Amino acid sequence: MAEYFLELKGVTKTFPGVKALQDVSLAIRPGTVHALMGENGAGKSTLMKCLFGIYKMDSGEIRIEGKKVNINNPEDAMHKGIAMVHQELQPVLPRNVAENMYLGRFPTMLGPLKVINHKKMYEDTAHWLKEVGMEIDPKTPLSKLSIGQMQTIEIAKAVSHNAKVIIFDEPTSSLSEKEVEVLFRIMNDLRDRGVAMIYISHKMDEIKKISDDITIMRDGTYVGTWKADDITTDEIISKMVGRELTSVYPEHNDEPGDVVLECKGLTSIHDNSFRDCSFTVRKGEIVGFGGLVGAQRTELMEAIFGMRGIKSGEIFVKGKKVKTGTPRRAMNAGMGLITEDRRGNGILGCLSIKDNTSVSVYKKYLMAGFVLDHGKINKVVADSIKKLSIKTPSSREAIANLSGGNQQKVIIARWLANDPDILIMDEPTRGIDVGAKHEIYEIMTELARLGKAIIMISSEMAELIGMSDRLYVMCNGYIRGEITSKEEMTQEKIMSYATMF
Amino acid sequence: MKNSFSIRNPLKKGFSLKDFLINYGVIIVMIVLVVYTGINSPNFLSSNNIMNLMLNMSARLVIALGIAGCVITAGCDLSAGRMIGLGGCIAGILLQRADYVGKFKPDMEPMNILVALLIVMAITACFGAVTGFFIAFLNVPPFISTLAMMEIVYGANLIYTNATPLGGYTQEYTNLATDKFLGLPWLVWIAIIVAAVTWFIFNMTRHGKYMYAIGANPQAAEVAGVPVKLTMILIYAKAAAFYGLAGFMLGAKSGGASVNLGLGYEMEAIAACTIGGVSVTGGRGKVSSAVIGVCVFELLKAALQFLGVDANAQWIALGVIIYIAISLDIRKYVVKK
Repeated sequence: MAEYFLELKGVTKTFPGVKALQDVSLAIRPGTVHALMGENGAGKSTLMKCLFGIYKMDSGEIRIEGKKVNINNPEDAMHKGIAMVHQELQPVLPRNVAENMYLGRFPTMLGPLKVINHKKMYEDTAHWLKEVGMEIDPKTPLSKLSIGQMQTIEIAKAVSHNAKVIIFDEPTSSLSEKEVEVLFRIMNDLRDRGVAMIYISHKMDEIKKISDDITIMRDGTYVGTWKADDITTDEIISKMVGRELTSVYPEHNDEPGDVVLECKGLTSIHDNSFRDCSFTVRKGEIVGFGGLVGAQRTELMEAIFGMRGIKSGEIFVKGKKVKTGTPRRAMNAGMGLITEDRRGNGILGCLSIKDNTSVSVYKKYLMAGFVLDHGKINKVVADSIKKLSIKTPSSREAIANLSGGNQQKVIIARWLANDPDILIMDEPTRGIDVGAKHEIYEIMTELARLGKAIIMISSEMAELIGMSDRLYVMCNGYIRGEITSKEEMTQEKIMSYATMF
Repeated sequence: MKNSFSIRNPLKKGFSLKDFLINYGVIIVMIVLVVYTGINSPNFLSSNNIMNLMLNMSARLVIALGIAGCVITAGCDLSAGRMIGLGGCIAGILLQRADYVGKFKPDMEPMNILVALLIVMAITACFGAVTGFFIAFLNVPPFISTLAMMEIVYGANLIYTNATPLGGYTQEYTNLATDKFLGLPWLVWIAIIVAAVTWFIFNMTRHGKYMYAIGANPQAAEVAGVPVKLTMILIYAKAAAFYGLAGFMLGAKSGGASVNLGLGYEMEAIAACTIGGVSVTGGRGKVSSAVIGVCVFELLKAALQFLGVDANAQWIALGVIIYIAISLDIRKYVVKK
């Protein structure tokens, strides 16, 4: 038997303009847990998608038990003994455990009639559930189960496929401590039976506890593989972030003014979301929010902007307590929010640039109290197109026809027209090309100079350090650290706060 | 990146016959139909028939303009037909002649016509506001919310009128269909005024802009500070007021009303809107879309009659035209992947 059950060698994958993976290798020994680590965007997911045939790799090879194989799609991978437990589970909630386990491959009877053999399905399900140590009626609807239990069912499904490699993509991100224990028990059982596991996670203590080998990736490249006992947590962090910051960011050295926004002890109505978050933002200041994906930064900001429920805590704008509750009220309190999901809740796709820019400010441009003054609106829109250098043939063009960067500028123009005191920007440069990114940085700096308080969520280390005057780092719903001086903003420091689970 | 919203490539200039046919296909079909029918049966274009057609279109246009607001927000309104019935019956009861033998309320004097109209519209608007409340605050899908209201309104109308057919209206009321101002019957003027008011609401008020924003992307509209819930209630209340008005108009035209007045008109109105270019996926549609849609629909019905097409086969023709028109219309927005 080969030393490694699964090997990926020299995997390279480019997307237009980006080298996502460059000569990455990964070798998994049977009966081990292999941790795959790296920052957001290091290429872990891309590598797994190449393994499952979701992406076609430009070059490189996959070997199973030493033999070269081609994997064209996830089903193919399943047949070759590779299964995945996804970070975002996609169960069919109203249906029961057995139906979810056998979806797409129901056992049938009566030959060509293909009538579903319910008896066999339930018996088999019960068998596999027992294999992973879960005692539950196969007829229970999935909606009655906890996330941890659903995950166990995913694992049972993988085991029922006779999987030799199971990939866990951040499996503990939404589990309670007790559920994590159960998961680890199952993983240990699987290990004893010779199943190999790839474990993707950011949680250092878990990695140290469960894994045998650790492979670290950075910026789409392979950094190295170590035995878990031979490497310390600090070493892992420094190997994950060890890169030079190259981009240039506009200068911004003004002394910030009074506190404009103060939040005290904000706690979500949901258990696993943001908890006890307190922070302040001052006039003319750009405050960064760092953290790993899933740190609940977006949720916190959306709650402040009235889009999500808050169980306890207070929000003060310019010293006055406000209750936001709806975006409209947050807007009237002097806030603006540029959302992370531009297509989902940013742009009004089929409407014009003019409509997209002016939708929040009609109140300011009324004649006789109710008739829209299109002359004035046109002027404001034309001004912002010029000021933000939005590239478009005319203000009547549908926003969906613009590039990502120009769409983002229109959304910025929308909030500028509204003149908020506080502007929250959630991943303001996501999916935007380099040139437009720089323009957005310039706009942000200019706004800070004009006395706006700016909150920026960013998952890009370089951007976070380059743009922020001060920054908070969140992890697992808590604000874990505040870094007040530029000198102290190092990748290592941010990463250590971001992994304080 | 390609996206499915592209209407046209802004950088591409020049004339393309294919684009022209796709963009104006419906209007071309309408013109061809009118000319062909006009040649084959000259009566089709007689002033008498045209006047009749316009009377038919007037109430339909008012309904379509009401429903257009719902469709632009990616909704629909199945209660329109029953609301028309309710509006027609209330108007009829309020405006029966004092000396009419079968008078529903024998002791009541006929009301001032304008007051009666306002009462009708106010009542239907209240029902519409309830529909809107369920859609906006309780997240009931428009299809279901308006379906429920359709049943409720019908029931209310049956109880109220005892299913009695109404007639014997005051001269003043029925004159709306016959008396002319500047060569056009009053009913047609009402439709024109409603179209103008609707254009004003859609284009010159915050409410109209909010409606388009909600239709384009309700989540984004909410984040942008649009009062989504209030706007939705207003849209359905306003639409219902229009249905009430349409019922009032239909009563004037036929000189009577019953609980079944307007039955099924909501489907015709939705079809007319979409034929004219109101997108069922939301965010797109103008007053002119409703006008064109209603014209095409009514002209087609009349033309088929004049051409002697079997009355039963006409239904098939209507279905086919809906298929063709919508397939053409969708092509404007869907870019091949």
